[in-house]
Amino acid sequence: MAGTQKERLVVIGNGMAGARVVEEILARDPDRFAITMFGAEPYGNYNRILLSNVLNGSQPMQDTFLNPLAWYAEHNIQLHAGVKATLIDRERRVVTGQPMRTDAPAYGLNGCAQAAACIEEPYDTVIIATGSRPFVPPMDGMGKAGTFLFRTIDDCEQIAAYAKRCRRAAVIGGGLLGLEAARGLLTHGVEVTVLEAMPQPMSAQLDPESGDLLKTTLRQMDISVLLEKITTHILGEEHVTGLRFKDGSTLETDMVVVSAGIRPIVEIATDSGLAVERGIVCDDQMRTSDPDVFAVGECVQHRGVIYGLVDPIWDQARTLADVITETNPAAAYEGSKLATKLKVMGVELASMGETKKAEPDDEVVVYREPSRGVYKKLIIRENKLHGAILLGEADTASTLMQMFSLDTALPERRADLLFGPANGAPLLAAADLPDAAQICNCNGVSKGCIRTAIETGGCTSVMQVGTKTKAGAGCGSCKPLVAQLLEAYADEIVEDPSEHYYVPGVPLPKPELIAAIREKQLKSVSAVFHALADGKEDPGSKIGLASLLKSLWSDEYEDERDARYINDRVHANIQHDGTFSVVPRIYGGVTSPAELKRIAEVAEQYNVRMVKITGGQRIDLLGITKDNLPKVWKELGIPSGHAYTKAFRTCKSCVGTDFCRYGLGDSIALAQKIERRYQGVESPHKMKLATAGCPRNCSEAYVKDLGAVAIGDDKWEIYIGGAAGGTVRKGDLLCTVEGHEQVLTYMGRFIQYYRENAKYLERTYGFAERVGIEHLRAVLIDDTEGICERLDAEIDKAVAAYRDPWSTEAVQPENVSQFAAPLPVEAPTRREEVVQ
Amino acid sequence: MNQGPVTQPVPHIGPIGDSRPLAHPAADIDLGPIGFIPLGEGRAYRLEGKTIAVFRQRDGRLFATDNACPHKAGPLADGLLGSGKVICPLHMWKIDLATGQCLGEESVVQTYPVREANGRIVITLTAPTAMTGERN
Repeated sequence: MAGTQKERLVVIGNGMAGARVVEEILARDPDRFAITMFGAEPYGNYNRILLSNVLNGSQPMQDTFLNPLAWYAEHNIQLHAGVKATLIDRERRVVTGQPMRTDAPAYGLNGCAQAAACIEEPYDTVIIATGSRPFVPPMDGMGKAGTFLFRTIDDCEQIAAYAKRCRRAAVIGGGLLGLEAARGLLTHGVEVTVLEAMPQPMSAQLDPESGDLLKTTLRQMDISVLLEKITTHILGEEHVTGLRFKDGSTLETDMVVVSAGIRPIVEIATDSGLAVERGIVCDDQMRTSDPDVFAVGECVQHRGVIYGLVDPIWDQARTLADVITETNPAAAYEGSKLATKLKVMGVELASMGETKKAEPDDEVVVYREPSRGVYKKLIIRENKLHGAILLGEADTASTLMQMFSLDTALPERRADLLFGPANGAPLLAAADLPDAAQICNCNGVSKGCIRTAIETGGCTSVMQVGTKTKAGAGCGSCKPLVAQLLEAYADEIVEDPSEHYYVPGVPLPKPELIAAIREKQLKSVSAVFHALADGKEDPGSKIGLASLLKSLWSDEYEDERDARYINDRVHANIQHDGTFSVVPRIYGGVTSPAELKRIAEVAEQYNVRMVKITGGQRIDLLGITKDNLPKVWKELGIPSGHAYTKAFRTCKSCVGTDFCRYGLGDSIALAQKIERRYQGVESPHKMKLATAGCPRNCSEAYVKDLGAVAIGDDKWEIYIGGAAGGTVRKGDLLCTVEGHEQVLTYMGRFIQYYRENAKYLERTYGFAERVGIEHLRAVLIDDTEGICERLDAEIDKAVAAYRDPWSTEAVQPENVSQFAAPLPVEAPTRREEVVQ
Repeated sequence: MNQGPVTQPVPHIGPIGDSRPLAHPAADIDLGPIGFIPLGEGRAYRLEGKTIAVFRQRDGRLFATDNACPHKAGPLADGLLGSGKVICPLHMWKIDLATGQCLGEESVVQTYPVREANGRIVITLTAPTAMTGERN
């Protein structure tokens, strides 16, 4: 240690545990060790927890990488990727490794390339973090085409590729990971059956009753769960055709994914003569039977327990790093209490500790609501929480997990633990918690850390604590606890006024801001900054201010292009690679052969990378570079569809009376009239509309910001505040009117009221819920405030002011470089002689 | 593809000739007239195989960075600008233009000294350290 040469640390295993422990070590002492890592997979390490998202396609593989290969180089870590460590030679003090065959699974028993030369790395200290491998129950036929394990990125990719050819898939294993695999498979369009050997799914986390309920819920999601099924044979000649079970029954299937639990990978420990039982035996310092060899993660058996969840492994990694960097040589890992909060197939679930009554005096509290799939259960012993299941609704889960892991005394009224206290008071007194208690589970911030930030760091608001410690920066559910800690430890609590600012960069709430803008006649964004923010032009405040000023001054507003988001500067929607999408206006979703030809020609000429039919009955041309935008617009000769801005977007329609057998009203003509009238009208957030020729609602008018539905006799129902995006809401019936003209009038009136009264970025569904449909009917139909005439006049003005940005700015750009591509500059080296 | 502005021919740009001696001749590069960048916005330039974003704040201050957000390579020149910061248009990462530091993140984007001289933008490409691009 005293010598000039660094201690040599060899880490065997490059998964989440191995990489985490190295990060923890580097954070404590970046220069102490020369670190070498062996990883059997040919990647940097990745977040295995997200694999089910890779399988269901919601996350690309790249997103799961925790540390890119560059990270290893940056920290001078030598990484043997694709090399499996095979032996710790404890006499010669070297770790031996062999390159893997590229086709071998990383967790396989064999798979080393025979001919390849061994790699030897001398060590002073070794950490084994080999993790675990999937457990495959004994059965015939594993390995034939269509059989898969579910463990690595490669597994996911192979499963996804194979599923494309299949109609049915079976998952062996009804535990947490098995259900995640089932969810992933569902997105590939196959019928999924889950086979569980036990009499219930998720037996580690649920009791039989909640297991039953989960099974029913899964059934509604098109996943069959068959219980007490032990697979003995995978049927099929070359590829999977079915399964046979121990009870003699069979199931037809095209593929099988085995996800029946994990087993620690211990061969290297066994072969190197270390103590191994079910896992590699470690003490509280994570030391194996050899004092220079440590282990961490799923390969470890600590106090008889093997952990397969992330939190305990993070705790192990912290302890191990404390010990081997000697930051705290006495650090001890004393085991973890298991608590998980998760979403299985979108079903809320939290489970901790025991699932059933274990002692005669245990108090069991149960709440059942089968119609909503809700089940809640508490196991209480000596007024402490020893176990809990929350299925279908898990609002109190975070608090229960705190109480469970910290062993706090419980409130007398147990119902509060299930539903939250009736008076809204906090369940858990944060001040009573020990400093080690984790307050923010997302970012791993302890109470002690927050307390220090308050007592010595001078934080006086929840926001400041968040900035300093990252507590509350994740899901935000711990903010009430942070607020409690502020009350307990801060000399003074400053309610952070910035929480009430309309925009962060101008220190005024909305009413005061509006008053100041009116009083000082501020008509541009820069004028507001100049007068009200000491000239500091906060870029994050520009768009919000622009929106406000526009609504206050309308045509007197002084538009500054730099206060616009890029989409509104170039009238197109920026894509992830910096190119843009172009959506021409197609009124009511009706186009013509000539228009389609023109679109096709433009798409070919400008090498459009994808031509996509949008959900709004339009055509999206994707991958257009900024400098080509004006040319594309000119050649299309169609107005902008405004698919990039906070404005009226589109009005979908069904074919209505023109062709449909059921049509009760001319929905196409109405949609076209609506779209021609309100196109491009700006609003606090986007507005998507639809007209339906009958209540069958083919065009989804009930779930649009505004929708008109024909009910016969030229009568139309107008719905407002519908949504079918991230939020799903059926619109409220505003009124029933006669004829197209009245539809246009009442829609326009609502649009103007929304423009004037909604908050910036508040969609109509939020607005309608906030002000209430009764209020809207009173104001817009009964004219209780006497403003209808003015609203109608204002919207007429906005309609009249419309100009198509494409046709105008394609000819006359706003400034010389509005659509400029990166400007090429001559390389200086070529001109060097001139400079001399 | 790189056809410059829509309405005007590409201005003469490149290293400054011997008519105007410079302190660091090999490194100073003329990016053309200041008016190319509207007040409060940024524009991108291609030079030496990379794309650089130059920003012109409303108070006249200039900044230059690599035109790729360290997060997902978003085109920073298309971002919102003010108070010495730019907000990436893709996922709203906020970057301090004087230091290149991504606020609340560990990543740093490369910055370059840039200034206005006689109505033209001059960038210095050597010694790519974090420096402010304050106007002379």
